[in-house]
Amino acid sequence: MRAWLTQHGAALEGAVRRLLAAPLNTFLSLLVIGIALTLPAAGYVLLDNLRDLGRSASGAQQISIFMATDADRRAAAEIEARLKQAGAGRWHFVPKEEALKRLRGGEGMAEIVASLPRNPLPDAFVVEPADATPDKLEALRQTMAGWPKVAHVQLDSAWVKRFDAFLRLGKLAVTLLAAIFAAGLVAVTFNTIRLQVMAQAAEIEVARLIGATDGFIRRPFYYFGALQGALGGFLAAALVATGMKLLAGPAAELAALYGGEFALHGPGLRNILLLAGVGAVLGWLGAQLSVSLSLRKFD
Amino acid sequence: MIVASNLTKRYPGGYEAVKEVSFEIGAGDMVFITGHSGAGKTTLVKLIASVERPTTGSLVVNGQNLSALRASAIPYLRRNFGLVFQDQKLLFDRTVLDNVLLPLHIVGLPRREAVRRAQAALDKVGLLDRQKANPIALSGGEQQRLAIARAVVNRPAVLLADEPTGNLDAESATDILEIFESFHQVGVTVVVATHDPHWIERYRPHVLRLDHGRLT
Repeated sequence: MRAWLTQHGAALEGAVRRLLAAPLNTFLSLLVIGIALTLPAAGYVLLDNLRDLGRSASGAQQISIFMATDADRRAAAEIEARLKQAGAGRWHFVPKEEALKRLRGGEGMAEIVASLPRNPLPDAFVVEPADATPDKLEALRQTMAGWPKVAHVQLDSAWVKRFDAFLRLGKLAVTLLAAIFAAGLVAVTFNTIRLQVMAQAAEIEVARLIGATDGFIRRPFYYFGALQGALGGFLAAALVATGMKLLAGPAAELAALYGGEFALHGPGLRNILLLAGVGAVLGWLGAQLSVSLSLRKFD
Repeated sequence: MIVASNLTKRYPGGYEAVKEVSFEIGAGDMVFITGHSGAGKTTLVKLIASVERPTTGSLVVNGQNLSALRASAIPYLRRNFGLVFQDQKLLFDRTVLDNVLLPLHIVGLPRREAVRRAQAALDKVGLLDRQKANPIALSGGEQQRLAIARAVVNRPAVLLADEPTGNLDAESATDILEIFESFHQVGVTVVVATHDPHWIERYRPHVLRLDHGRLT
């Protein structure tokens, strides 16, 4: 066990040494890997932000339950109990008096409201569903429409469906982009490792003659590939975070123009680690392919 | 220790470098394999070190039949040998000490212990004061001594050398011979392929003479 750990430690140390031995080459390789990972990662983070935007956008993925005009407070309490029972998500009650007050506050509405003989607005519930997928929203709308003293249930399902379709299309595009760039990352690592195997042909030949196992010879290259991939992942995360930071201000201004609040967020620690992990796995894979093919000539 | 029975090595194309060779080398022996150029000395050394596999016949080293050995077991078998080549096969991108450390890294010896043993091996061949030098700065004889230090650092049961003095002057060749003798005296089995008449004369009773692949 001690020998195994020593060998892995030495392989890791060797990989770090090789990365540091040619800083310019290392930097250029990391840049290529970083950019290859940045594009799908940026796409993923943007989609994530758009999903949040969709959730926070006014009217989107909200269901409004309008009570009958003759519904009293007891009927409203009954609806509230049913919402709780259905686990519908979050909701708040908008009494007809408050609705009228809001209407009166609108530009040029005060006189019109004052001319009305009575309050024409019903009590209402505004529900933010826990599950905002279009199918579930539609099912929930239909259930709510059947509840007592409910006059109308409003769901802008067309908008939600369009937005959801757009997100799914975006997700597919990002996945395809990720697959293409993953192949690119594997190819970059493959080539880097192939050149290293060629440069170390003498050492590999001697090591084999004096009793080195395949594992001993392959291990430093695997570590090199994984390290290079992981560092490329961190670089990609840094590029994405920088891009998001630059876009955050203009995005917030744009959201404010539409009367909303929106803060563009970066990749987050979990996604940064995920990106580095994906980079490491792809780097390891590229190294494994390269070493397997390159070492054949030593057999 | 090393027992060959009707050992034959045929290369692709049909050329037989070693033909039905049988011999026995006991533990602690010092044996020379000799013969003209192309007689099959190098092939025989490679067969013993399991660099080449026999075509027919059997070769048993330390009780292990090399013909039946799985490929994955070969690296572990090779660790029983200290190999010295005519062209030394040194690594010129690292120091003298690092060259000797390589076999110890392969077996996973901790760094401190490995350095101690590598320095002891360098001391034995008189190169301790050159441990930080690059092998390219050493003379031919010193490079061969470095190759011997690397071969013995793992305390192998068998020291196997292929024309270790082929490129050396007489004085350096004698130095190398004395080093081999010193290992033989402490119980290491030494097998040397050479056509050096000086060595052959000195060790006449322990010579395997090859002629066109056959023992004579």
